[in-house]
Amino acid sequence: MYMRTGLWAAGLGLAVAIAAVPAGAQTPNRGGTLTYMIPADAPPSFDGHRETTYATVHVGAPFYSVLIRVPPDNPASTTEFVCDLCTEMPKPTDGGKTYTFKIRQDVKFHDGAKLTAQDVATSWNYIVFPPKGVSSARVSFYEMVDKIEAPDDATVIFRLKRPTTAFLPALADPYTWIYKKETLEKDPHWYEKNILGSGPFKFVAYEVGQSIKGARNPDYYHKGQPYLDAIEGIFADKQSVRVEALRGDRAAIEFRGLPPSARDQLVKEAGKDIVVQDSDWNCGNILTPNHKKKPFDDVRVRRALALAIDQWAGAPALAKIANVRTVGGIVFPGSPLAATKEELQQIAGFWPDIEKSRAEAKRLLKEAGAEGLKFELLNRNVDQPYKYVGTWAVAEWKKIGLNVEQKVVPTGPWFSNMRAGTFDVAMEANCQSVVNPVLDTGKYLPHTVYPENYGGYEDQKSIDLYEKMQIETDLAAQRAAMRAYEKHTLDTMTHEIVLPYWYRIVLARSYVKGWKISPSHYLNQDLANIWLDK
Amino acid sequence: MYRYIVTRLLLAIPTLAGAAALVFVLMRLIPGDVCVIRLGAGGSHVDPASLAACRQQLGLDDPMIVQFLHFLWSYATFDFGISMWSGNPVTHEIAIRLPVSLEVAVLATVIAILIAIPLGTISALKENTWLDHFVRVVAIAGIATPSFWLGIMSLVLVLDITFLATGHAWRPPITFVSFWQDPLGNLAIVFLPAITVGYRYSAVTMRLTRSAMLEVLREDYIRTARAKGLLEQIIVNRHALKNALLPVVTLIGIEFAFLIGGLVVTEQVFNLNGIGRLLVQAVQNQDNVLAQALVMLVVAVFVFANLVVDVLYAWLDPRIRYS
Repeated sequence: MYMRTGLWAAGLGLAVAIAAVPAGAQTPNRGGTLTYMIPADAPPSFDGHRETTYATVHVGAPFYSVLIRVPPDNPASTTEFVCDLCTEMPKPTDGGKTYTFKIRQDVKFHDGAKLTAQDVATSWNYIVFPPKGVSSARVSFYEMVDKIEAPDDATVIFRLKRPTTAFLPALADPYTWIYKKETLEKDPHWYEKNILGSGPFKFVAYEVGQSIKGARNPDYYHKGQPYLDAIEGIFADKQSVRVEALRGDRAAIEFRGLPPSARDQLVKEAGKDIVVQDSDWNCGNILTPNHKKKPFDDVRVRRALALAIDQWAGAPALAKIANVRTVGGIVFPGSPLAATKEELQQIAGFWPDIEKSRAEAKRLLKEAGAEGLKFELLNRNVDQPYKYVGTWAVAEWKKIGLNVEQKVVPTGPWFSNMRAGTFDVAMEANCQSVVNPVLDTGKYLPHTVYPENYGGYEDQKSIDLYEKMQIETDLAAQRAAMRAYEKHTLDTMTHEIVLPYWYRIVLARSYVKGWKISPSHYLNQDLANIWLDK
Repeated sequence: MYRYIVTRLLLAIPTLAGAAALVFVLMRLIPGDVCVIRLGAGGSHVDPASLAACRQQLGLDDPMIVQFLHFLWSYATFDFGISMWSGNPVTHEIAIRLPVSLEVAVLATVIAILIAIPLGTISALKENTWLDHFVRVVAIAGIATPSFWLGIMSLVLVLDITFLATGHAWRPPITFVSFWQDPLGNLAIVFLPAITVGYRYSAVTMRLTRSAMLEVLREDYIRTARAKGLLEQIIVNRHALKNALLPVVTLIGIEFAFLIGGLVVTEQVFNLNGIGRLLVQAVQNQDNVLAQALVMLVVAVFVFANLVVDVLYAWLDPRIRYS
């Protein structure tokens, strides 16, 4: 059922095993209500521009439109983007620095007002250049944007400071909802507590911590969609409640992802009534040694930590109990910029011969005077997969004589310790939405360039290699530059240790059709193409 | 009596202020803050400018003493603040959840009283008989059984029984409806949690009722009543039970107050959107304003419940007079 070997061919895309009958083989039924579980208590607000949690996307995406997006019928693609509000994907002009989008003229907000390019440009200006007092969580994604204009009601122009392959994926971010210009300018905080979009569903009701309801938008511009009459998202933070709801058919799907144990249990009990879609996830855990603390300032010690971990044997074993599966480098395995298996095996921590790798680790520790080193692994109090992966890493380090204690703390203290540099080695996570290797790998830059790197190192060469890769627009050349940056980060300097990528397992009742899994729980959540076969 | 009640209410003010200071300090001892969790918990990039703006907006940049004085002043003026997580007034957040917790707490208390007092009394009257042993086993099992396990097992049991009986497994609804909207739907949701909580609650109360009854039944005035030839039923109901209930009432009062904010696990298991779950979320999200308000609510309920218990003492035992 699971493909592994094929993942290593660049550009192959994701390994997606779909137990359901392909949606294209059937004519979608119209009508019905989709009840889905939202694994959260409530989103902090409804404002996609401001929030980062998936709870906001799972709640709000069905009500909003975006400019471009990953293709709903092929969301596993890491390189393909399609229009939502635009009429066709533009060819960049001005040496790759100008993107001109033509906006559909048949789009209405749910209050009946016409959506124009002015609304699109204003929303984007608030995302990229938020005025004082307005919070935008993704400003740094659009550092390449110089200006956003709407010369008329049908045209939006993005002018960039420089050409970059990172722009289009960033533009397809699922949180970049298009708000009404008039409302936004009157009160930019209005969308935090209210919903008014132009998406496939109209907002009906919201009960804090209970549910959100929507009804079909009859004026939706993608003709024929949505297929459903209504949607109802039910909040349940507790996994057992969500699994029980799926088992009892009181909810049809949970979009974020459940662990292998839940999959095995439900498939065993419900048989063909439950279908499984799974995919590599654009999220992964990273081990970050604190370079400001001895002996982790010594590259030999950091390298030994990487060499001790048997990723190739560990990943499939862990996959049986935790939401992880595929071994990868700094780039998401499904991307054309990702390392092949052969390339990875040249990097410390990915050597195919684990005995040789651990012998080298022991030699390095002895040379660095760090034999039998005792230290603490700072981890987050989240089961899947943080604690599973952390426990595995501790066991692997023990095999080279290291004595590691895992310190598991809640999210607040976890962040606080990392930010304050009060840790030896930290279990971090890098979790992104649209696969955008150029932006996603910024995580491995020094703190002075990328404030959310907690390793505490300065490394000009790392910055230079990243810059070279970032400005490259030729795929082959960019891929080569990415390999150099990766080799430097994971092997030469071993600034970070990348652990197996997370694996997304989505369970649904078998009558749920049309929805396809993507490498991110943030993507493809407008639910317009879902229909019920019952 | 009225003077006593007013004095007790006035004395509650320093108690509440002390609790307020304690919860204020404790919440701030937790490393991190709501902005970091809000913007970075998903593992994605946290924009430093957004972080700074968030902290400024929520007043987290202010010196601690300024935050504390602001907190005290807002409570003195009955302004309980805005949730740092949702941006809604905390009174609104609490008002949504309080009816759920209150309903479960009241129902659990009723169930506990209906089980505990008769069984505790019978157990004492039939001391060291098989009936006494059986009641004590039931009580000890109730104390020893974790409520999350009992909650899950009660669900499984209901599923299995209804499946065997009807061929279709009955499951309680997963979204809450109020009693006034749909009485049967509401009871279907709250009945199992109330039984789960009520059983544990009754077990503790049952043990106390038994030991209090045993003590009272050995008192001279009971012996005198028996010597006078009073009916056993009158001795038990009018003389023994009423006196034995004094510590039991105290326990019921404290347990009820605890249930308002302490149903954390039960609310999780049954997906109830109550005060306990909200408190856990508030602490997890480091929403200091909401967590403080919830702790203060629980403190206020405890203070009020203790007052009610003290007033009940006077009703149960006419010898008790407050001045």
